[in-house]
Amino acid sequence: MSPAQPEIRCDLLIIGTGMAGMAAALFAARRGIDTVQVGMTGEINFASGLLDLLSVHPTGSHQTWSNPWEAIAQLIIDQPHHPYAHIGAETIRAGMEELITFLNEADLPYRYQPQRNTQVITPLGTVKTTYALPESMAAVEKALQAATPCLLVDFPGLKGFSAGQIRATLQKRWPALKAVRLPFPGLSGELQTERMARRLETPGVANLLAASIRSHLEDARVVGLPAVLGIARTRQVFENLQDALGVPVFEIPTMLPAVTGVRLRECFERHLPRMGVRARYQQKIVSSPRLSDGEFIAPLGGESAEVQVRARAVILASGRFFGQGLHADRHTIRETIFNLPVYQPATRTHWHRKTLFSHKGHPIHKAGLVVDRLLRPCDEQGRYIYPNLFAAGSILAHQDWIRQKCGSGLAIASAYAAVHAGQSFLNLTPMNKVE
Amino acid sequence: METQVLIIGGGVTGTGLARDLTLRGVACLLVEKQDINAGASGGNHGLLHSGARYIASDPAAAAECHRENLLLKQLAPHCIEDTGGLFVAVAGDDENYVADFPAKCAVCGIPARPLTPTEARQMEPALSKDIIAAYAVDDAAIDPFKLSLDNLAQARQNGCQLMRFSQVTGIATRSGRIQTVQVRNHLTGRATDIRADVVVNAAGAWAGQVAALAGIPIHIRYSKGSLLVTHHRIGGRVINRLRKATDGDILVPGGTVSILGTTSERCTSPDDIHPKVHEVDHIIDEGAAMIPALATIRYIRAYCGVRPLISSSDEGDDRSVSRGYALIDHATEDPGLENFITISGGKLTTFRLMAEKTADRVCRRLSHCSPCRTHCDPLPQTVDARWTEPGLAPSLWVQNNDSRDILLCECEMVPQSVVDQIVQSIRNQNGHPSLNAIGLRSRIGKGPCQGTFCSQRLAAYLYDLGALTHDQGLHELRQFLEKRWRGQQPLLWDISLAQAELLEAMHSGLFGLEQVDAPPPGDDRP
Repeated sequence: MSPAQPEIRCDLLIIGTGMAGMAAALFAARRGIDTVQVGMTGEINFASGLLDLLSVHPTGSHQTWSNPWEAIAQLIIDQPHHPYAHIGAETIRAGMEELITFLNEADLPYRYQPQRNTQVITPLGTVKTTYALPESMAAVEKALQAATPCLLVDFPGLKGFSAGQIRATLQKRWPALKAVRLPFPGLSGELQTERMARRLETPGVANLLAASIRSHLEDARVVGLPAVLGIARTRQVFENLQDALGVPVFEIPTMLPAVTGVRLRECFERHLPRMGVRARYQQKIVSSPRLSDGEFIAPLGGESAEVQVRARAVILASGRFFGQGLHADRHTIRETIFNLPVYQPATRTHWHRKTLFSHKGHPIHKAGLVVDRLLRPCDEQGRYIYPNLFAAGSILAHQDWIRQKCGSGLAIASAYAAVHAGQSFLNLTPMNKVE
Repeated sequence: METQVLIIGGGVTGTGLARDLTLRGVACLLVEKQDINAGASGGNHGLLHSGARYIASDPAAAAECHRENLLLKQLAPHCIEDTGGLFVAVAGDDENYVADFPAKCAVCGIPARPLTPTEARQMEPALSKDIIAAYAVDDAAIDPFKLSLDNLAQARQNGCQLMRFSQVTGIATRSGRIQTVQVRNHLTGRATDIRADVVVNAAGAWAGQVAALAGIPIHIRYSKGSLLVTHHRIGGRVINRLRKATDGDILVPGGTVSILGTTSERCTSPDDIHPKVHEVDHIIDEGAAMIPALATIRYIRAYCGVRPLISSSDEGDDRSVSRGYALIDHATEDPGLENFITISGGKLTTFRLMAEKTADRVCRRLSHCSPCRTHCDPLPQTVDARWTEPGLAPSLWVQNNDSRDILLCECEMVPQSVVDQIVQSIRNQNGHPSLNAIGLRSRIGKGPCQGTFCSQRLAAYLYDLGALTHDQGLHELRQFLEKRWRGQQPLLWDISLAQAELLEAMHSGLFGLEQVDAPPPGDDRP
């Protein structure tokens, strides 16, 4: 890499395009921070669209909390190293509210009760506790609570989603469920949720679907179907279908990757550049050396980079193993871009438990970057490594988002806290005087 | 229930015996506490030995292996991929063992053709540059699932009854005879008393436990062996290390993968065994000395089996204990039972011979004279077994080209129509087509995603077929994924670790499957 390479200068470089990276870019843009965001988008397609805050604590007893703020208060007492303990409830709340406000303004409306968790059903027929959910999924909670007569619809060719399975599994709790399988208008053979969703955005298709559902409604007073109601125009498709049926409609999350994640991705991809984020999606950073003046220099696309980004501060939101922010060989876990110290179990023997669905979760899930209160990665002694490097999202240590059901909340709240810490750093530090 | 011969154990020996006896016109009933090949018959290399591995430790067993090897290649070719095999030594290996190898093979009647290291590397380019000696032998790959399912299928056609998930819980004896055997079905909880003229204990590693129920002590040493499945096939032939048998020295190709193993670790019980992290690392490090690529490739699964070694003492190396079989006629033992026979030990390669010798003994007890036919009658291929073959489901799916026949498992390309046939065949045997039963009989869940996607797709489809009701699917999904987990847990690094994270994100993070049931007690430690 030569110094003559074209260089993009920015105040803040955000590495990562999952929920944490997207949220950080949003918060930075809204604060007028000069931001470049880099990363392969794709992982966010694996988002369920549900915004979990915290519902299980402690994981060993898997107690489920109906009030997430009470759960967080208890978690902060019990686990002082959990990222939520660094961030604090007020900041978590502020981050969640700002993100949800953005989604509402971006025509991807979300619903939540500020003081309590809500419940949805899954394709397995389990009941999942979450915090905020797309408006198109919201009607399930009341219907489930009241066991309202409900028609569940599925489609031949949509794998892993069987209305009959949900009905059978929930039978005891929700006896008034009926299941029907209807052809999907205009598509046959194997169905992909994304294709179905785009098809439903075509004028008239939602009405065709409504007409075929209506003849099976009978006494049903609510209708559930897989999450395929559009991508960019979900609100319109959803309202259209609901109006045509004359009863509330709710989407049920599907297997991953899901349309609900694609909606979030497209929403961020559409709005963030408009808000001033210089997005370099589908480009990857494999290393980012720090210069003598303290700034980071990051070649885009690795070895064959044609452009490099020069940033005064960095938020690392590169995810865990699936997102490739962490990598493990047979012996050790490494952070992939800065080679930061990774808190981890002593040997691979201790990474995973013998039982997959152990309530306690696997020790490896608590591995990650240890950070201080300003979300700066720290060394083994607890001292921050760089004053201008912050971390957000699932790469953080001492959390188990899978078992605790806190993935989105953790991503959003830590992004919010990291952006604030980054902003303070940038405001306090004149250009080219990083340290 | 009544039968002439009750066979306890549905591994290769028990199913082979069922076929042998029914071909002789003897009625039998086979009870298996889990599913077919749940023990060592399913937890091995799938290697049809040439015998050369045992020339030093057990020349008689080596010669036996070679005779059976040739016979099975003729009679059950559809279960065998005749790959041929190599024995190779690398720099630093015991040169005396290498020097003695050809003569010892000759003594046992086992052909071993010398190759130069260059020739060997031309035949198998994955071999290390450090090869110092090589011989070609008659090893082959054999599919133990197909073998057992085909043996059982013919036995059933000839009238053999089958009870799966049925564990022997008690054996009542009187005046030196077994009167009844009590069996309990795990799924239904129903207890059944079985009366038989002869009872054969073919319970493999569990033979000691079964015999103990009849008041007969059998001392069995449990030697666990762990194996690894590579993500893709490495090499065309079986590759053995040319040295005294030890860990990580055999690589067996089969279909689209290869299997590397094994270890030999003493364990105190045949139940609840897991391949462990240190075994995995040891196997890889040893294997990489022969084939360097083994250090860096992806592995998709680890599994293990328990070798039941019948011995009179606790001393010595488990590998030096005879791998020959033990046929114990308890009529001639003390304490004795005149209608009880135990067959244990042995190898996959010699399963047919073990069944023949056992059936001979059974027939003598029954005063039934009818000769063995399994050494001359070919083993018929049946539909029950064919879906375990990698590549078969995809090729038929492509041929049939029916857009409604959706792939439930994309890694291994298993369509709905294959599941339909398996469900039908299990129902024909009055069984319940559980996720695990279908997993056992097909390639579902065996590809790189290890069940992340296909598990729920299969569950949804089984609900659609009416094969699952109520919340049965939740429990079966958990069981299915836990079963895959056993094989993944010790080899989660690199891509496999990312895959496992996705699996958990979906099945635990989104579906909350861990909240469905309490975990089994005592099974929760890292």
